[in-house]
Amino acid sequence: MGIKQAFSLALKSLMTSKMRSFLTMLGIIIGVAAVIILVSLVNGFKSDMLTTFEDMGLNLINVNIFARGSNRQVDVEDMYEFAEENSDYIEYISPTVTVQAAPKFGTDTAESTSITGVNEDYVYIQNYELTSGRFLQYMDVQTRQKSCVIGSYLAEEYFDGNPVGQSFKINGSQFDVVGVLEEQADSTEGSADDCIYIPYTLARTLSRMGTVSSYIVYARDKELVDPTITLIKNYLYGIFSSDSAYRVMALAQIVDTVNELMGTLTVILVGIAGISLLVGGIGIMNIMLVSVTERTREIGIRKSIGAKRSAIMSQFVVEAATTSAIGGIIGIVLGIVASIVVCRLMGIGVSISVLSIIVAFGVSAGIGIMFGYFPASKASKLNPIEALRHD
Amino acid sequence: MIELKDIYKIYGDGEGEIRALDGVSLNISGGEFVAIVGQSGSGKSTCMNIIGCLDVPTSGTYRLNGTDVSTMKDDELAAVRNKMIGFIFQQYNLIPKLTVKENVELPLIYRGMPAKERAKRAMEALEMVGLADRCTKMPSMLSGGQQQRVSIARALAGNPSLLLADEPTGALDSKTGREVLEFLKKLNEQGNTIVMITHDNEIAKEAKRIVRIQDGKIISDEKGRE
Repeated sequence: MGIKQAFSLALKSLMTSKMRSFLTMLGIIIGVAAVIILVSLVNGFKSDMLTTFEDMGLNLINVNIFARGSNRQVDVEDMYEFAEENSDYIEYISPTVTVQAAPKFGTDTAESTSITGVNEDYVYIQNYELTSGRFLQYMDVQTRQKSCVIGSYLAEEYFDGNPVGQSFKINGSQFDVVGVLEEQADSTEGSADDCIYIPYTLARTLSRMGTVSSYIVYARDKELVDPTITLIKNYLYGIFSSDSAYRVMALAQIVDTVNELMGTLTVILVGIAGISLLVGGIGIMNIMLVSVTERTREIGIRKSIGAKRSAIMSQFVVEAATTSAIGGIIGIVLGIVASIVVCRLMGIGVSISVLSIIVAFGVSAGIGIMFGYFPASKASKLNPIEALRHD
Repeated sequence: MIELKDIYKIYGDGEGEIRALDGVSLNISGGEFVAIVGQSGSGKSTCMNIIGCLDVPTSGTYRLNGTDVSTMKDDELAAVRNKMIGFIFQQYNLIPKLTVKENVELPLIYRGMPAKERAKRAMEALEMVGLADRCTKMPSMLSGGQQQRVSIARALAGNPSLLLADEPTGALDSKTGREVLEFLKKLNEQGNTIVMITHDNEIAKEAKRIVRIQDGKIISDEKGRE
């Protein structure tokens, strides 16, 4: 008996009891749909997260220099020179100097504001936009101009949204506002909008730190982040002869960690959905066993007119495989539709994994064969005389 | 063509052993029309199962067309049944969800015959029983007599050396039963070898040779109608 005949026979027998066939398939349908939905959700979530990180800048590399107990030092000029020499890799570099101080706006003191000293390239590194005024410029930094750029929260809170040209005090020194950054977060106290950027040359004095100990580096390309890190590490090792004197970290490494985490999550979720597939398979086996009993007489007739074991076997295995494969197809359609709907509702990007569809279909057909095997083998071993006597 | 020699079929063992066939020897040649007659429990069904290669004897040899089938395995027996034996059952035993034509094609499918030839042979067989115009009907839409004729067509389609009829008229009214019987006679006249199992003496009389079985033994072997 050809596979085509076995298949059409299987379809015929499925069509004779549609309700039962559907219920039998339900386990597989749910299992397959669950696999596809979960994989899509995790994928969508992951790519959303990656996009967020990418907005933050996958090209960014943080460099921290501790240099405790070492009499060797790296100053800003050394780093600039290094960046200049490796301009194939490094597009921008800026010192970042954190100032522990509370700015005073007239009589008000802002306690939660972060003050950071940077250079003129920082605006490109962070890809900041300004709503008014300008960012710090080369001359501001070189001539230690007491100018600054502030976040949108401060602009709204203390200057009624129009701070350019006005001034406030940090540690008693008067700073002129030259620009306002576009809103980054939600313009609340302590958020990314509650910030002040001043020339690092001034910040160094304000923080009373002789040297600059941290930098932010912007690689020319995402792909260049790793070699750039190696370059920086080699350079710093060459100076300090110790790899505990500095730390070089890329945001991309955090992304790797996230990816890894998501991978684990996918495995766990798909595992859970896989259990549903397994239960579906057992359902198929159960109904196939019932079917074998119901069709004992038919099996007897077929055997008496010359059907070999393999012919009976393939008939039932194909029927089980067809049941679960059809269930699989319905599950795939359902899974795709549900993925789109759920992803839209949750506001994450729809990304349906083709691999998950192929695997889900393969597994569901495989489950049919696996769980159809036992009932089919039972049917093929029936004694034709007894089977014919069966009502 | 059929050579049964010292056939024993024993169920159970020790005290509870049942000798369904107790040393049966029987030869049937090609072209014969033999009725095997016996009451229920006489061993005639066991005899039919062995002749029909549905079962193997506990001991003894059975040669069908010269081949010893008494020690064959399941699948080998299936192949023998498929090629050499056409079954006609009391309950017709058609598969209800297949059409008349598909039912007749079934033994040919298991023989691995190509679809075209299969369809041709099935239609020829249906024509012989006069039901070619019903080939697309489901068995349940036909009368009992017609269903039995379909099952005869199925038996004939494989062009077997032996037609084995188990109470072929048992489920039919006497008029239809007679028609079926006449048809079997006609097939015999055309050269088919027929072995018919029955408990009914009246029906057995229609065969050319009557073999009576009682308690697993052949008690008489006589000529029937001329």
